[in-house]
Amino acid sequence: MSEAAAPQSEVFHTEDMTISIGPQHPSTHGVLRFVVRTDGEVIKDAIPDVGYLHRSIEKIGEKCTWHGYVPYTDRADYLAAMFANQGFCMAAEKLGSTEVTRRGEFCRVIACELNRLASHLISVGTFGQDIGAVTPFLHALRERETINDLMEEICGARLTYNYIRIGGVGYDITPETCGKITVFLDHFELIVDEYNRLLSYNKIYIERLVNVAAITKEEAFQYNLVGPNLRACGVKWDIRRDIPYSVYPELDFEIPVGNGEKGTLGDCYDRYWVRIRELEESCKILRQALKMIPKGPAISKVARKFKPPAGEAYVRVEAPRGDMGFYVVSDGSEYPYRVRIRTGSFTAMAIIDKLSRGIMVADLIALIASLDVDAPEIDR
Amino acid sequence: MEAQEIYNKLERQFPGKVGNFHGDVFDPYLNVDARSIVDVCRYLRDDPETAFEVLSDLTALDLPKVDSLQVVYHLYSYSKRHQIVLKADLPRETPSVSTMEGVWKVANWQEREVFDLFGVMFEGHTDLRRIMLPEDWIGHPLRKDYVEQEEYDGISTQRAPLVEKLLR
Repeated sequence: MSEAAAPQSEVFHTEDMTISIGPQHPSTHGVLRFVVRTDGEVIKDAIPDVGYLHRSIEKIGEKCTWHGYVPYTDRADYLAAMFANQGFCMAAEKLGSTEVTRRGEFCRVIACELNRLASHLISVGTFGQDIGAVTPFLHALRERETINDLMEEICGARLTYNYIRIGGVGYDITPETCGKITVFLDHFELIVDEYNRLLSYNKIYIERLVNVAAITKEEAFQYNLVGPNLRACGVKWDIRRDIPYSVYPELDFEIPVGNGEKGTLGDCYDRYWVRIRELEESCKILRQALKMIPKGPAISKVARKFKPPAGEAYVRVEAPRGDMGFYVVSDGSEYPYRVRIRTGSFTAMAIIDKLSRGIMVADLIALIASLDVDAPEIDR
Repeated sequence: MEAQEIYNKLERQFPGKVGNFHGDVFDPYLNVDARSIVDVCRYLRDDPETAFEVLSDLTALDLPKVDSLQVVYHLYSYSKRHQIVLKADLPRETPSVSTMEGVWKVANWQEREVFDLFGVMFEGHTDLRRIMLPEDWIGHPLRKDYVEQEEYDGISTQRAPLVEKLLR
């Protein structure tokens, strides 16, 4: 065989082709770029090139007051702004030993879980779109639109909320809004089944995802994958349960993990399937929180000139893209000394170079979509 | 395992290399000699009692008052559910420390970010390039004494306040 192959390679001159995918490409979920070296359809390596959306949010943190920085955290991940709000406020509260009112905590949980639904809907919808199924995307966005309307009722904004403040939440949730959320949940819980019919049990969809770019547990630890990406590898780990914060310990919910449903453990399908099941769990949490929400003030009394004592705190919240960490250092002044935002997408991007070797170009698109990376969160 | 126990264990294993333990703060931390940070981390990862599987975060702190640039490592163990924060003090003029890539692969990207924004050199890093900013950017923005260059690529980075412009 090798003797026959040798002269042929002399006749047909071959070389690797380098293609640039992005920065403006619909399947790159924002503004990010891959320099892909291919041999025909097979990828030799895909080097991610990030930084197009770098807005130096961490540096801005050093120039703002503690209260004044909260709206900026929205922009860290604009698909899940509520979680960055909460992360920063929790870090400030930890440093300043500030109490959060009980009603405030429940308002936070309700707003966050609605936001998680919205974010996962984008993730699931664009996943379908990226690999060629446009219809589910429209179905997902339709539901997200209702959530945005509910968000507008809760806090007046549809995308960058600035709702969670140090000590509680900006506005109380009215009983009317609670009623509307319940009506929405009655409607939405049935819709999840629609996604299952459209995508989850769709033969073409399954074939495109199973056994593609499977991640082992060890790799996930090495690259510090978090959130749904980590759970898809079979690791039952959720910050809401394992490093409890807010009122999550009082709520009853399951943590979906990947189990190699259709193919290998930790493949693209597992990552998708975990997110779909998280939609159901979020609905469950919302229903309980709406029932349990106590009466009382939504925000505690916090000094307008908030000056936490010198020190540092590291806080984790379970965002839709996993463990979002806020490392905040105070020097006792009106301004944070350092704000560091550690995001799930950033570490998820680091693994793409490794996983992309030897897979097809079309599978790379599925891989990026399955990791649910989000450009603003990578670059901050 | 309590942070104090982890510290005692490290002190026995690496005498003189660890110190300045703070146990009564929100997230207990300790200082590690910059030259042995990789050995300490590998030990913490491999020892079955500590079992720190993940490097949650790697970042830096610029402290011009004490002329130091601290690289901060947040370690977490999923199996033992404990956390420790390690800090390595580096001189601000020539900050340099060995890469953590050999222990946790994720350090590759996190160190690139710290290199880009703080200017810390990571010895032995396989791909130490800027990650957020363009290759030809001058300076490291997250340093406290950073002054933004006046123009980049022929485009001004300064802008007169809009109100003043309207008043003119």
